[in-house]
Amino acid sequence: MSHSHTGSAGFDPVALAARYAAPIFLIVLVALFALAEPRFMHPLNLMNILRQVSIMGLIAIGMTFVILTAGIDLSVGSIVALTGLVAAYVAKGGLDDRFAIGAAEQAGNPVFLAILAALAVGALCGSIQGAAVTRLKVPPFVVTLGGLTAFRGLALIFSGGGPISGFSPNYVWWGQGRIEGVPVPVIVFVVVAVIAHIVLKTTRFGLHVYATGGNAAAAELNGVPVRRTTFLVYVIVGVLSGLASFLLSARLNSAEAVAGLQLELDVIAAVVIGGTSLFGGAGSIFGTVVGVLLIGVLRNGLVLMNVSSFVQQILIGVILVLAVAVDQRAALRGADR
Amino acid sequence: MTDVLQLTGISKHFGAIEALMGVDLAIAPGEVVGLMGDNGAGKSTLCRIIAGRFTPSTGTVRLDGKEMHFRRPSEAREAGIEMVHQDLALCDNLSAALNVFLGRELTMGVGPLRFLNKRAMQAKAAELFAELKSETRPGDLVKQMSGGQRQAVAIARTRLSEPRIVLLDEPTAAISVRQVAEVLDLIRRLKDAGIAVILISHRTPDVFAVCERVAVLRRGTKVADKPIAETSPEEVTGLITGAVESA
Repeated sequence: MSHSHTGSAGFDPVALAARYAAPIFLIVLVALFALAEPRFMHPLNLMNILRQVSIMGLIAIGMTFVILTAGIDLSVGSIVALTGLVAAYVAKGGLDDRFAIGAAEQAGNPVFLAILAALAVGALCGSIQGAAVTRLKVPPFVVTLGGLTAFRGLALIFSGGGPISGFSPNYVWWGQGRIEGVPVPVIVFVVVAVIAHIVLKTTRFGLHVYATGGNAAAAELNGVPVRRTTFLVYVIVGVLSGLASFLLSARLNSAEAVAGLQLELDVIAAVVIGGTSLFGGAGSIFGTVVGVLLIGVLRNGLVLMNVSSFVQQILIGVILVLAVAVDQRAALRGADR
Repeated sequence: MTDVLQLTGISKHFGAIEALMGVDLAIAPGEVVGLMGDNGAGKSTLCRIIAGRFTPSTGTVRLDGKEMHFRRPSEAREAGIEMVHQDLALCDNLSAALNVFLGRELTMGVGPLRFLNKRAMQAKAAELFAELKSETRPGDLVKQMSGGQRQAVAIARTRLSEPRIVLLDEPTAAISVRQVAEVLDLIRRLKDAGIAVILISHRTPDVFAVCERVAVLRRGTKVADKPIAETSPEEVTGLITGAVESA
């Protein structure tokens, strides 16, 4: 993994521990579950964890871009609801036979059109919010809180309240299919993560994302297109939410307006646990992947050990706060110098 | 030697407030001019006009005798006017090399597939720091640097192009005594390279240490413009406060 944007630091044990806290914790957690529950390390179970986290992970990748610019997107769960319905609608060619299984093969549109529609609507949602942040100067928290309720409302109106289900096998393959035993959503997640990593660490746009989060005023004075960069990160998270939502609808063979409820909380938790600073300017895709895996492993392991899902919620909450405490500490040390 | 920059009758008002009234200023290549004045005297406004962040209400800016009308800082920069901001405009989370190249990154690749050429940027930044005789290492995070090293990064940035004029806004305001000496050395290197430097400062000792000439602004007008050799810190202080009317 390359930390090339953030350069080589001197030896600082606290900073080093803070940087690798999440991967270390992930390894410890996997080891603990492996010892406590033999079924945990079974390849089928491990693949299961990957499949479970891949959809949330795609959105977390987009969220990483946003949080790196010191922004936030609370609307991703609602974008998931809306874009999933759009994909389903396009695949079905309308709402006439919304429940009829296999009907899409006669009346509907090809799957790639459904994917394109989900991505386009996700991009549109992101553009609206990106424009509100950069042009109207409304804080991202407020803009996307508005998006959270508005896009959910749109999804409810669009669907009339009910689900759209029963897609063609080609559609469902994207959520349930496997290539060489690996679930398709996992492959999509890995491909997107690799591309996102390359974009952040080796391109001008990636550098500008870090610069915008590090010091937007300074970046602007040096000719960095801060406004365009900020706008684009909201488009990216919108598009990835659309992609994740399409995969989710394919996996469930159904799309509905209540999909993705409170998904933003998991996504933000994963990014922050992965070490991306809420103050912007520091973090990585690698960290986010670790954060996503951490949440997935924790959920899966606790379920295998028959621990109540309420306890899971408590644990994830505690880990989230601890992760930010570590981040806060690192930020304070930075300010000391 | 002909002047590289010539300001004639520069005035700037913001609504009813007259920030500058008919200021003339000229500077030759390799000349270091101190621009002094109390808070609100118009130093920053004048600099922002030179650097293209403000347009003057009246008056002309000439670069090499040619009248310029900058509409934005990037235009001034292209014409060879670089500014080092008071807060240095650095991104603490990036390395020294990336800060030097921020907004003017070197890339490689084909067509739309372009990637940052970090190796080239590191090498060029190292070269610039060496020229400035600064110990700054291009790979180090700016967050971890001393005030003097941060200044070196901000000044190295001005050397990326072939600047004619470098404006320095209070470069010694917030750093230690030892670091002030470092910064003054950096200014001498710019001068040696034939670059005209305008040093905005509150600190009389710095101006007397490094400048050949000092211009004093008071409430929007230039009250003095004379060689350092013909004035004294006492007179300059009097000019800034108004105890000495003009000189």
